[in-house]
Amino acid sequence: MSEKAISLHYEIDGNNFTVAGQASSSIKKVLKQLGVAPEVIRKVAISMYEGEINTIIHGKGGVADVTISSESIIIVFKDNGPGIPDIEKAMQSGFSTASDEARELGFGAGMGLPNMKKYSDNMTIESEVGKGTTVTLTVNLQ
Amino acid sequence: MNSNQQYYHSVRLDTDKCKGCINCIKGCPTEAIRVRDGKAKIIKERCIDCGECIRSCPYQAKSAVTERLDDIFNYRYKIAIPAPTLYGQFNNLKDINLILTGLKYLGFDDVYEVAKATEIITDYTKKLLKEGKLQRPVINSACPAVIRLITVRFPNLINNILPVISPMEAAAKVARKEAVRKTGLRPSEIGVFFISPCAAKATSVRSPLGTLAPLVDGVLSIKEVYLKLLPILGKIEKVEDLSTCAFAGVRWAGAGGEADALGIEKYVAVDGIDNVVKLLEEVEDDEKLDVDFIEALGCTGGCVGGPLTVENTFVAKTKIKKLAETLKRKGQRPVVIPLSEEELRWDTPITYRNVLNLDDDILVAMQKMETMQDIYEKLPHLDCGSCGAPSCKALSEDIVRGYSTETDCIYKLREKVRELARQMVELEEEMPGSFKSDNREY
Ligand SMILES: Nc1ncnc2c1ncn2[C@@H]1O[C@H](COP(=O)(O)OP(=O)(O)OP(=O)(O)O)[C@@H](O)[C@H]1O
Ligand code: SF4
Ligand SMILES: [Mg+2]
Repeated sequence: MSEKAISLHYEIDGNNFTVAGQASSSIKKVLKQLGVAPEVIRKVAISMYEGEINTIIHGKGGVADVTISSESIIIVFKDNGPGIPDIEKAMQSGFSTASDEARELGFGAGMGLPNMKKYSDNMTIESEVGKGTTVTLTVNLQ
Repeated sequence: MNSNQQYYHSVRLDTDKCKGCINCIKGCPTEAIRVRDGKAKIIKERCIDCGECIRSCPYQAKSAVTERLDDIFNYRYKIAIPAPTLYGQFNNLKDINLILTGLKYLGFDDVYEVAKATEIITDYTKKLLKEGKLQRPVINSACPAVIRLITVRFPNLINNILPVISPMEAAAKVARKEAVRKTGLRPSEIGVFFISPCAAKATSVRSPLGTLAPLVDGVLSIKEVYLKLLPILGKIEKVEDLSTCAFAGVRWAGAGGEADALGIEKYVAVDGIDNVVKLLEEVEDDEKLDVDFIEALGCTGGCVGGPLTVENTFVAKTKIKKLAETLKRKGQRPVVIPLSEEELRWDTPITYRNVLNLDDDILVAMQKMETMQDIYEKLPHLDCGSCGAPSCKALSEDIVRGYSTETDCIYKLREKVRELARQMVELEEEMPGSFKSDNREY
């Protein structure tokens, strides 16, 4: 097993909606440079995008840290937002607390977290109401 | 790898005209250009022939290789297949037949309109969309610059591309077939020439996408044909009734034309290569995107904005619109479909070409990536382009690949010169006593 890993850090601005997707684009390029298979890139892209948007809309901004090793890609989204009171419920397809404003922009289908679960090989959520949320995703390279 | 065969490109550089400025390297959507030895160099495997550099070069040093009008006389029977964009180049054009008759005056024996062939493509696309077997959202296949962009940058969208030949190719197939029937000549004695707004199409004619056999014998730029047509249009005595296309086909010249012809509800029409990149990034990321069809065109405004046109994009757009309205009033002529589904479908799958990977071995690639990140951190992050690479990131990548050195960055070079100067002063102080001056009295 190799210890080598690439770390990437992204600040996700909670006030700027137009930057959504930038971290995802950047990661996609890095993965292509590393020669990672397109199927894996797709899994990461979807997870990354949904996570970025949740961090903006629900978490009021935060950070994403991505660690790429020869075995896996680990993505950690961390925010100091309102937190998730009932994680199990939040994970259900279709559950959403998105504001009308977010819905107008086409978000709020309640599919973000379920998609992240579907496209990653492992996902954990730690959250405390009033403190913030940390979502950790692992996508295996093989 | 025989790179010439594999990566044939119509876009070329005239080194005499190139001043080595940074206009083209900055605008290239695939970062395929570097300035080396004071001249631009195109990295063949990355170039998608979109023609962005042809437009951005202030010295006209970039061009697209096309055939010349004289070349049509190598064939016994010559057919022009004009892009609908050609119709948008002329002032107050009321009758397309004037242009088509003009093409015959130039030496063509017959014309077949690409605008007519769009009807075949639209019909077949409608059928495929209705069957619902294609991967959603379906991305149009009419713009070869977009297809090439996808093959090098969006591997996950390759299966979304409509697996159907372009209107140009359909026009060529029909025209050749009909000519064989009419003249009894062998297919190879018939020369089919596309009158093109497009550098990417000039490439496609030699290296087709989705099909192995080249279908078009040559490409003439609208620029050239326009110049030859202008002086003769006034001299045409009898305008022949040659045009069979309808308004929907003419509208394909502008952005949104293909989508309009399909008449579908959930579509996005995007034009301009940077906008296309942005949209495709989102399509790749967003599982929930509720869109059936994407019409993506590399040029701003669509093909009327093509690099081989003469008229201003927006003026041409208006002209096309007017012309289409006139045709609409005349009514749509019925669609004849002289091509089978087999002839319309791609027969060769297109594949992803990773032009970005740093190494085939992921561990080595990771090592290089780390070095690249370290190099990047030390660069000034000004993206000034003076090093010949489009950005500091691109330079750090070039350095890791062994194509450049840190001192290609003028800021790094200055630091180094300063450091050298400091070392010289230091050395001077360490000189042997017999070399040093001093102000003691002896
Ligand atoms: N970082 C977060 N902080 C606080 N709440 C969150 C966070 N991420 C998700 N949630 C909560 O979980 C719910 C479900 O999230 P999910 O991403 O599945 O759907 P959505 O964001 O509401 O809609 P969609 O992702 O389909 O646009 C959200 O509506 C929100 O209440
Ligand atoms: S938009 Fe039209 S002219 Fe421009 S590259 Fe695409 S097909 Fe060619
Ligand atoms: Mg969400």
